[in-house]
Amino acid sequence: MSSNTLFLAADAPLAAHAAAAASPRGAAAFGFDGIHKTYRSTDGQAVTALQDVSFHAAPGEFLTVVGPSGCGKSTLLRILAGIAQATSGTVSVGGKPSTGPSREIGVVFQAPVLLPWRTVLENTLVPAQVQRRDMAVARRRALDYLSMVGLKGFEGKYPRELSGGMQQRVGIARALVNDPGLLLMDEPFGALDAMTRETMNLELLRIKAQSGATVMLVTHSIPEAVFLGDRVVVMSPRPGRVTQIVQVDLPAQRTLDMINTDAFGAYVSGIRGNLNASGGLD
Amino acid sequence: MEKAFFSGAYSTSLRRVLVGGFFMLVMLAWQLGVQWFEVSPLVFPGPVAVLRSVYTGVASGEYWLHLGVTLHEILAGFALGAGAGFLLGVAIGQSRLLETVLYPYVVAFQTMPKVAIAPLFVVWFGFGVASKIVITATIVFFPVLANTIVGLRSAPRDQVDLMTACTASRWQVLWMVRFPHALPFVFAGLDIGIVLAVIGAIVGEFVGAQAGLGYLILQRNFSMDTAGVFAILIVLSLIGIGLHALVKVLARKVTFWAESFAETAGA
Repeated sequence: MSSNTLFLAADAPLAAHAAAAASPRGAAAFGFDGIHKTYRSTDGQAVTALQDVSFHAAPGEFLTVVGPSGCGKSTLLRILAGIAQATSGTVSVGGKPSTGPSREIGVVFQAPVLLPWRTVLENTLVPAQVQRRDMAVARRRALDYLSMVGLKGFEGKYPRELSGGMQQRVGIARALVNDPGLLLMDEPFGALDAMTRETMNLELLRIKAQSGATVMLVTHSIPEAVFLGDRVVVMSPRPGRVTQIVQVDLPAQRTLDMINTDAFGAYVSGIRGNLNASGGLD
Repeated sequence: MEKAFFSGAYSTSLRRVLVGGFFMLVMLAWQLGVQWFEVSPLVFPGPVAVLRSVYTGVASGEYWLHLGVTLHEILAGFALGAGAGFLLGVAIGQSRLLETVLYPYVVAFQTMPKVAIAPLFVVWFGFGVASKIVITATIVFFPVLANTIVGLRSAPRDQVDLMTACTASRWQVLWMVRFPHALPFVFAGLDIGIVLAVIGAIVGEFVGAQAGLGYLILQRNFSMDTAGVFAILIVLSLIGIGLHALVKVLARKVTFWAESFAETAGA
């Protein structure tokens, strides 16, 4: 896997990227108010996936949502992205109630979800093409973001020629290509090995700092949630409820060394205790 | 050694030798068998007689007119049937209403043996190429239609979600995801269709025609030129193989991203 070395090469174009990042339309706040989600399982039973979920994020905030598998955190993200509907409750993006997909939002899915007939660059340009943006500008930005995630030189490759980690980074560049005010990430590094994952997390913080977007990242890893988040939203197992929102007062400039500090450990064990109490960890 | 002979992968050259050698063996057995048992060439000609007939057919120019007519029927019928199947497939693939209303008729029509309808088409479209083109088209139509629908419907959920999250319209989802995703399926349908098209044209000519390889088969059959019939069968099978290979090459070029195609059986 060449993923780690590739990141070293990504430092050079940062300065070039700063110009592109200086012009985002501004971070978008978002909020959930009283979100309920029930669906019918195949045997006709009504299942409550989300119960009265409410929380808000300020513009530019990095919010992580952590909870056990099946707690509805991905559903919550899909509702915010406009690809799933809440049974009741309201969602707002950028201060306005949101009822469907929004041009303000970029989404990174669990799987890379690349179109196999498009090259890396063409995949990155999908959102720009869909939203009929200025393609010359989008192209420049796509190339910037691709080199930022360490894929310079791979623009003309097809997805099947890339490793899993590289494919996922294309997914990140794609989510950023329109400079969204809100970036949604659904366990984006879940499929990657631990080493690559740590590097990707650092990279993500750097990208976040550059683009200034608001981020909501869903994960089932407590250390990852603490490491990345300004605040951590802790959810209970099904039916998913918010049991705790933890403000993480670690230095804004996170480093991997921080993971070994007592302060970091205290956050992690605090959240783990909370999840245990709600029956989230067996 | 023996193990490798039965289970191992052969090198390309060894393969060629094996395939070619076995072919020669079969031809030799055929020729010797016909001579040994003194089978009448009117009933079952040997390969030498058949090859001689192919040669004279090509050399005398007798084939060219008929070959041209049949190829015209095959290709025009294929284009018409595949085009119609694809367009209706896109329409049905996009609309549950159309599927509910139209699909029963499509299935009913498909269950009708085309050979049985062929005489009607001759009544309606005459003894010329038109009736054969229509018969061919009706046979090619269904596999292309069915594969197009399946291809459009089977677009991965997460690819469609991605498009939706980007605020894509229904048409953008169709054009940017469903359509390219369906292409390998469409080509599988075309591959079945092209082989069926050869059958369609010949069936049409059997029912009533003034020219074409099928017409020539009937003529030679009546005049007891059995070697001549065999010769045309070879030509027809070469046409089938050639067209099938052409579709495969085209499929590999156009849908380069598809790893492998589900091998589809012909008729």
